[in-house]
Parts: sequence; structure tokens; C-alpha cells
Amino acid sequence: MKMTGSQALMKSLELQGVEVVFGLPGGAILPAYDPLIDSSLRHILVRHEQGAGHMAEGYAQATGRPGVAMVTSGPGATNIVTPLCNAYMDSVPIVVITGQVPYAAVGTDAFQECDITGITHAITKHNFLVSEAQELPQIIHDAFYIATTGRPGPVLVDVTKCIIDPNNPRSEMTWREPSEHNLPGYNPKLKGDPELIRQAVELISASERPVLYSGGGILKARAAEALKALAELTQIPVVTTLMNRGGFPDDHPLCLGMPGMHGNYTSVTAMQRADLLIALGVRFDDRVTGKVSGFAPQAKVIHVDIDPAELGKVRRPEVAIQGDCRIVIESLIEQLKDLGQEPKDRNQWLHTIRQWQKEHPLVYDTWSDGPLKPQLVLEKLRDNTPDDTIVTAGVGQHQMWASQYWKFNYPYTWINSGGLGTMGFAVPAAIGAKVGRPDKMVWAVDGDGCFQMTAQELVTAAAEQIPVKIAILNNAYLGMVRQWQEMFYAERYSEVYLSAELPNYSQWAEAMGCVAMRVDTPEEVEPAISKANEIDDRPVVIDFRVDPVEKVFPMVPAGASNDDIVESPLRNNL
Amino acid sequence: MNASAGKHHTLVVLVENKAGVLARIAGLFSRRGFNIVSLAVAPTDDELFSRITIVVDVKSAPLEQIVKQLDKLVNVVRIHEMSPESSVERELVVATVQASPEIRGQVMDLVRIFEARVLNVGTNAMMVSLSGTPRRVGDFARLLRSYGIIELQRSGKVALDALEQLDA
Repeated sequence: MKMTGSQALMKSLELQGVEVVFGLPGGAILPAYDPLIDSSLRHILVRHEQGAGHMAEGYAQATGRPGVAMVTSGPGATNIVTPLCNAYMDSVPIVVITGQVPYAAVGTDAFQECDITGITHAITKHNFLVSEAQELPQIIHDAFYIATTGRPGPVLVDVTKCIIDPNNPRSEMTWREPSEHNLPGYNPKLKGDPELIRQAVELISASERPVLYSGGGILKARAAEALKALAELTQIPVVTTLMNRGGFPDDHPLCLGMPGMHGNYTSVTAMQRADLLIALGVRFDDRVTGKVSGFAPQAKVIHVDIDPAELGKVRRPEVAIQGDCRIVIESLIEQLKDLGQEPKDRNQWLHTIRQWQKEHPLVYDTWSDGPLKPQLVLEKLRDNTPDDTIVTAGVGQHQMWASQYWKFNYPYTWINSGGLGTMGFAVPAAIGAKVGRPDKMVWAVDGDGCFQMTAQELVTAAAEQIPVKIAILNNAYLGMVRQWQEMFYAERYSEVYLSAELPNYSQWAEAMGCVAMRVDTPEEVEPAISKANEIDDRPVVIDFRVDPVEKVFPMVPAGASNDDIVESPLRNNL
Repeated sequence: MNASAGKHHTLVVLVENKAGVLARIAGLFSRRGFNIVSLAVAPTDDELFSRITIVVDVKSAPLEQIVKQLDKLVNVVRIHEMSPESSVERELVVATVQASPEIRGQVMDLVRIFEARVLNVGTNAMMVSLSGTPRRVGDFARLLRSYGIIELQRSGKVALDALEQLDA
């Protein structure tokens, strides 16, 4: 069938099962926007290309399907660099289509030309520059395959204008169904080596103080059920990293919650005292390990990851298993069952852990009359929303409090920017998540600093009637930076004050078509949340005026060992 | 540059012969802090693929990480480490050296000893070339230096498995 490259592009996306594209048109991508009208694709017109990228990420993380964004060349492409890097760090499957100047103009510094494939080599799983219309169907097919298989990640497809412009003869092509992938250098390995699985099972059986150190790879591999089965079979406690909150239910007796720099005492200390870490889909990130040489010093390590480059990158494992987390966990379970041994008696270990949990709970000031506490807002929000509410966050104090105080009992309900730490992620990610899961309530927990970076996407949400809800924990500061300056820079505050009044968040939210509320006292918190929950036709923004000097605890200072965890000074008041 | 240093390893990397592949590899080395000692690249007999011989400095990073990160590049098809004992290594050097009539004979002696070739002779300069093991090429280049090198290019090492390896 004869068609133009732009028609083939739409058809290729439809063929991949794409339903939604987040984007913003411009000169070089303009020809693709004409056949878009006749396609089955829903297009969400964003207000800034960064929003399109983060929406695609939110969509992907909420649904497990790849998110798609489409933007123009030059500044459109550079504006989506941050989401690409974010998706690369957090292994989020997205496909970004950028327009490019006509092939004949490439290399001439043409208007809105930018070498986006060059710029994004380091922050995409792979990228393509397409200069022949005939190649488009196969390349789009390959792009989705690469983005969604193996260790997922972002793929960029840079499409030269000439091959999609119907006025250019180079856009003429004959549609051919894409064939099997011809990617000789790409062949992800999914099954774990049986011999290594056997060795892992031996270590597990022999261990006395084991911990399941579970990360984002669990969610990527759809392995939450398998992880639960493994934990219950072996009675081994589970820590869930920031990227795997919800991958193991917080209300499960074996769940220890988040480890790392702002992890809870028990989760951090259990790893420090463990004799075996069963590391599943994690990368021993510095925010988890603290000083690497002091991390889990007595532990042997079984490391399972689909990306072989993660095995041994930071910590040398005793058993390194390359493979898909779900498939490897299922093999482990099978072999453990075949072994037929009674699980080792680890009551002493579990008892020690229970003691830590009892003696070292998360604490904040709940007794004195003072400013509204952000933790209280989160507890009320948690307790007054459905259990499967999707929560997104930006980066900073509010993100850590959200991870600490929420109870994540379902996978794919926590969406945040982990590796890159991208401020402004929450609002567009929430919009993307709500588009993907309209059946679920979606709350963005945001900071005032983050909110100001991407809030304009609420215009998108209002225009498209995407009813996301935003809780701004407005402490008038770049709070995490303020906390570091207080603790590590002798309270010399430098460029961290933002003001709670400027901008006027309520007026701003209303101007963007949202329902706006402001909350100053604990008594107002619940009524505001209830009111927000009832609104289902437009976005809601609640400006929670919270204590500007509240800090996130516990904290392992940067560069310190996890043994030097600093707990809240209020713990002494218990 | 001392190619015999124990910290150098030779990797033969088969890649898809596509635009930008070399940039991907060079970019990977620079952003991961791996050092390239030498690099030689050309298409194979199958024009769909290119073969790259990279000598890497493993003081900068463990070889295992270098190989694994390289292998993640979609266009990289195969990576093979070559050990000096079981491979044949060659390098080419082409050099233009000062060679006024009074010292031309000395340069010619050197050329004969190394079984190098004279490519061109000018009034006060000669262009010579030698292909051989990287060490031999290095020795030749070093000795030429005393006459005054006007221009010199080494190709970077290329390597193939020795025949015994193939028979095994």
C-alpha cells in the first residue's frame, strides 16, 4: 500500500497498540500532526515538552505499557532531554519521537536543528535517526521492542522532516509490515543459569539473618507476586527501595519498608546486620548503600538483575544471576520447594527485627501546638483515600515523607523520580498516570519548589479534563537543601527561601482551571481532602501550609556509613 | 605509550556498520571514565559489520565493567578479548623524518634493520613505513625520533586469533 512517511508513522504507532501520545507540534514534526487527526491515537497537548516526557513516564509506570511522546526538533527535543535522562536512570520504557530538519539540511545549522541523537546517546537505551521513509515501520517496531524488553528504558526516534512531508517525494513509501527484529547485538537473557540458582538456594538455606533487598526491577519484571511467594515461603524479611515501594505490601508482616539515606531504622539496620542479602532488581545505589565499604559488612550477596553490567558494578556478589527477576524468583522458589527442607528457624532474627521496629519507629512532633506538620498531612491523605490510590512525587523532603508515611500495598501505585531526582516530576507524572489509569484516584504529593517547575501542565489537565489532585506541602523553602544547610552548613541559609505567599498558589491554580484550596491547620486537613476526593471533572490543588523547619529523619549523612544513621531527636521523648 | 604494560587489554568488537556507532563507543568510554589506548576500525568482509580493535587501559576501570557496558550498546554484536599469547597482532606506522643527504644513510640502515619500507624521498626528508607487532613498530618509531620526526601516524593495533586457536 502506497502512503507517506507520516501516515506510516501513525500506522506504526497504532500497530504497537499505542493509545495515547503526549506531545506538542512544531515545524519539523508538523507533517506528522496531519494524519494524527485521522488516527485512533489520543493526543494530549502539553504546555511544555518536559511535561510530555514525564507524562509518558507516569503513564508507563502506572500501566506497564510504554509511554509515547512526540515533539518537534531543536528546542522541542532539548526540552525532553530531562525526561529521557530520568527514564534512563529509572529504567522506564518510553518512546520519544522528535522531528528533525530535512535530511538535506542536517549538519547545516538549519533553523531549529539540533543533534538530538548525539545529545541523547548517553541517556537513551538506544536512539535512531530516520532518513528513509521506507525504514520507519521497522524502526518504530524495533524502538518499542528495545524500550520494553530486557532492562527497560527510553528510546528516541529522530524523524527527518523530508520523509514525513507529503510535499517532499522522499516521503513516498510502500507500507510493509515490520518483520522480526534484525538486531544482532540485542538479545536480553531472561532465564537464570540453573547452576547459579542452585548455589543461591544453598546460600539462602544456610543463612541465619537474610534480607530480601528488593528494587525497581521487581516492578519492571511484574514480579511482585513472585516476591511475595518467595518471602512467605522462606520467611525472609523484605526491604523495598524507593523504586519498589508497593512491590511488596507495606502491611505485610515481613515488610520492613524503605532502606537508605532516609530509610527507616529497621530497614537500614537489618541490611547492616544481615549475613545474606538477596538483591533482586537493585543496583546498590549510593542512596541505599551509604559508604559502600561500610554497607552490609557481614553479608554475602546474591544479586539478580537482567542487566549484567549491574552485577558486580558496586558490590561483588557471591552469586550473580543474570535474568528477569520474575523468572529467576520462580526458579528459586521451585528449587527451594524441591529441596523439601523445613525453612531454617529464623525466629531469633525476626524477633530482633520486631524489637527494632518497636524501639525505632518513625516519629514527628504530634503533641505540641505548632505549625501544621507535613507528616500529618500525609497520614491524613493516606487514611482518607482509597488503598490503591496512585501517588506521584517530585524530589526532596515531600518525596521522602511520602515514601515513609504512605502505606503502599499495591504495586504500581508509587511513581517518583528516583535516580535522576528530577524536581517537577510529580504533576506531569500524575497526569500521565491518570490518563493510563482513569479508574484510579491519583494524588501528586509535591513541594512548593517542585510545583513551580512544571505546574503549567495543570492547564493541560484542566483542558483535557484529567482530574488529578495535587497536595503541595508548602514550606516556603527548597526544603531538602535547607535541611542540609541547617545540619551540615552551620545554619547558613543560602538561596533556599521561596516564600509561601509568592506565588499565590490558590489564584494560580484557579487561573489554570483547577479547584484550589488552602489549608493552614490540622483541623482543616480532612475536610479539604474529602472535598478534593469528590471532584472528578477537573484538577484540584491544595496548598498545605506546613512547618518550614521540619526535617526528614532518619538520615544517613552523605558519605557516612549506614551504621551512623541519625534518628529524630524527638525519639527521646517517646 | 607502552603497549606491553600489563594493564592494557585488547578487545575486538564486532559492531553493526551504521552511522554513529563509533560515537556511541567513544562516548561510552568517556562518560564511564574508561581510557582508550588505541583504536582501529574498518568494515569486515561483510559490509553490514565493522570490526573494531580497542586497546583499553584497565587501570581506569575493571575490564569486566568495560566489556559489560560495551555489550549493552544495541549496535555492538560481539566482544572478544584477545590475549597476546593466542593472537597475531599487527600495527602500521607511517612516518616522515628529517633526512638530509648527510644522515640519509643512517635512516636507511634503520629501515633495513627493521625491514621497513621507504615510501618517498625528498631533498631533506624521507617517508618510511613499517608494519609489524606493536612492540616492533613502537621500537622503530622511537628510534626514528632521534632524526627528527616531521609527521608520524600509527594505525593502532589490529589483532586476529592465531590459527591454533581456530583449530582448537
